[in-house]
Amino acid sequence: MNVNGTVLIVVLASAIFYGTPLLFAAVGELLAERSGVLNLGVEGMMLIGAVTGFWTVQHVGGPGWVGLTTAVCVAALAASAASSIHAILVISLRANQIVSGLALTIFAGASGLSSYLGAVGRLGGHPALHELKAIDLFGLGDAPVVGPLLFHQNALVYVSWALVAVTVFYLTRTRPGLHLRAVGESPATADAMGISVAGYRYAHTLIGGALAGVGGAFFSLAITPGWLDGMTSGAGWIAIALVIFAFWRPELALGGAYLFGAFSSLGFILQAHQVHLPPEVFASLPYLMTIVVLVFVSTSWGKRRLGAPAALGVPYIREER
Amino acid sequence: MSLRIERRLSVPGWLPVAVPVGSVIAAFVFSGLILVLTGHDPVATDRRLLERGFFASGAISGTLVTATPLLLTALAAAAAFRMQVWNIGAEGQLYLGAVGASGAGIALHALPGPLIIAAMVVAGILAGAAWGAIPGILRAAFRTNEIITSLMLNYVAGLFITYLIYDSHSYWRDLSTFTARVFPQGKYLADAASWPRFDLLGMMIPFGFLLGILAAALVWLTATATRFGFEMRVIGDSPNAARYAGMRVRRRIVTVMAMAGGLAGLGGASEVGDFRHVLDPRGIQQAGFGYAGIVVAALARLNPFAVIVVAVLLGGLANAGYSLQGPDFPAGLVGTLQGLILFFALGGEMLVRYRIRWRGPQTAAPAPAPVAVAEAGS
Repeated sequence: MNVNGTVLIVVLASAIFYGTPLLFAAVGELLAERSGVLNLGVEGMMLIGAVTGFWTVQHVGGPGWVGLTTAVCVAALAASAASSIHAILVISLRANQIVSGLALTIFAGASGLSSYLGAVGRLGGHPALHELKAIDLFGLGDAPVVGPLLFHQNALVYVSWALVAVTVFYLTRTRPGLHLRAVGESPATADAMGISVAGYRYAHTLIGGALAGVGGAFFSLAITPGWLDGMTSGAGWIAIALVIFAFWRPELALGGAYLFGAFSSLGFILQAHQVHLPPEVFASLPYLMTIVVLVFVSTSWGKRRLGAPAALGVPYIREER
Repeated sequence: MSLRIERRLSVPGWLPVAVPVGSVIAAFVFSGLILVLTGHDPVATDRRLLERGFFASGAISGTLVTATPLLLTALAAAAAFRMQVWNIGAEGQLYLGAVGASGAGIALHALPGPLIIAAMVVAGILAGAAWGAIPGILRAAFRTNEIITSLMLNYVAGLFITYLIYDSHSYWRDLSTFTARVFPQGKYLADAASWPRFDLLGMMIPFGFLLGILAAALVWLTATATRFGFEMRVIGDSPNAARYAGMRVRRRIVTVMAMAGGLAGLGGASEVGDFRHVLDPRGIQQAGFGYAGIVVAALARLNPFAVIVVAVLLGGLANAGYSLQGPDFPAGLVGTLQGLILFFALGGEMLVRYRIRWRGPQTAAPAPAPVAVAEAGS
């Protein structure tokens, strides 16, 4: 039997596939949180990305790659626009970040604007005109072990790896990246250094929104090409939890996302191998594991608040510092 | 000219009322814009929404039935939020309440009505409280973020009730007939288990709504007149101060989460007793009472009595939304509207806490400033 057909390789390859939207959303949330803005609207922004991305792919003509590229860009822009509401409310108007983020998820989420747009655009029940298909990179897709994992994924998976590398470099090796961390750790100090606290916070909240939108588009263009109300089913919340597991570090978010990708895909794979358990048991696995891992993290290392930006969730008011 | 934001020293009495009212109006205007952009007539849509929710004959009775679980999930959110405990799990706690109440209703079907109803209320509260206590215990014991755990448990609870009816031969599922075995559905409760309604000037007040008002009064009393309520406030303002003062912060967190869970669980019980009379996983998940409850609580500024009023208003919208849903009334409009209301309320909250001042051309500056200098300076 071919080594690429073994359960382990199949699980790992689909872990990467199912983990990718989580990775996009988690890196986005991580950037926003590094600037001190907690955005609990990820689930809503992902759904906005999913619905607008799918709408675009159905309406843009031309070859598939044009439609898909446009769709991903539109998804990013739309979700970024949604995140701007949160940005204005919490950065300029100093609203409570938790409530505002929740409001964003309610506004955009499963029975909100994304569902409305899906209904108005009559998107439900139609197959996607184009979907993101796996690309055989350098013809190495059939290579043993590494082939299916590293060289037979879709374009967004490759983009996500570049994104992680760029984000790590940005946060640790560039001046704006260091400024960003200063803004998240001690906005008053950053302000005194002449860094625009509000500017950094706006920029990274919007980038975070855009990345959540790309993650959402991954659902409607790759995982289950099409549109279904609430199709991300909690991925946005898992992404927020991922940021905590990853101690606010992008390279760790990569591993975490694939771990959760594995939990999401395990159900399908076990069912295919004649393991008979109620489907709800498999479906609840990612949620239960999120709780388990979160408890584990908060008991062992969490007490030191490793990695959490000191000013996370706190509005910055120059006159009251 | 420049904009200055200053903290208010005193808040004019009308402002905390004007802000929610203004945000509802602004949200309607904004959603009207979305309607226009997507090719719908906003005036006609809003008119139908209001008519179906409030003014049509019998509409108010339906609205009160929808408002009841909303009122209770909002209290669940408000009670916890006051203590800075972020319970987002009212949705799942409500499902568990519905499981408990319908289970009690099925088990005790032979008993007299009042006994069944009392058992349903108790079972709903206990089941919801148990589910709500889980994130509370995790937070107290391990400092685990309760926002995420309570939210994850919503999904687990949703899958659990789906399992009970669709993928198992559970006690809740009706297996008595062939059709029921092919098209899964829950066991319907006995007629005696239907909660009573009381006629008030032509409005039918559901029993659950009265329980909700009672619950609001109890939450208010707890918050204002008990030691527990005092400790809740102190913990909310400063957990460290509470700890130094010898308060048992962890226990209080578990208690408030269980209390919130019980309130939401009662909401689930009312959904079964007042309305569905069966455990219906699809219907109860579609309603999304738990999340809407957060909107209600925030809009009522966590005040238990204001929660009653706001729950009726948003319950009316939700009720109209369900009955109007169709091609010319797209799904999702009500959630969009709720989100917008919350956005405006949050923005407006700032007006309550701060004062925005426009500072015109500075009076101290020399009056006839030469144009060239002004340009060079800009």
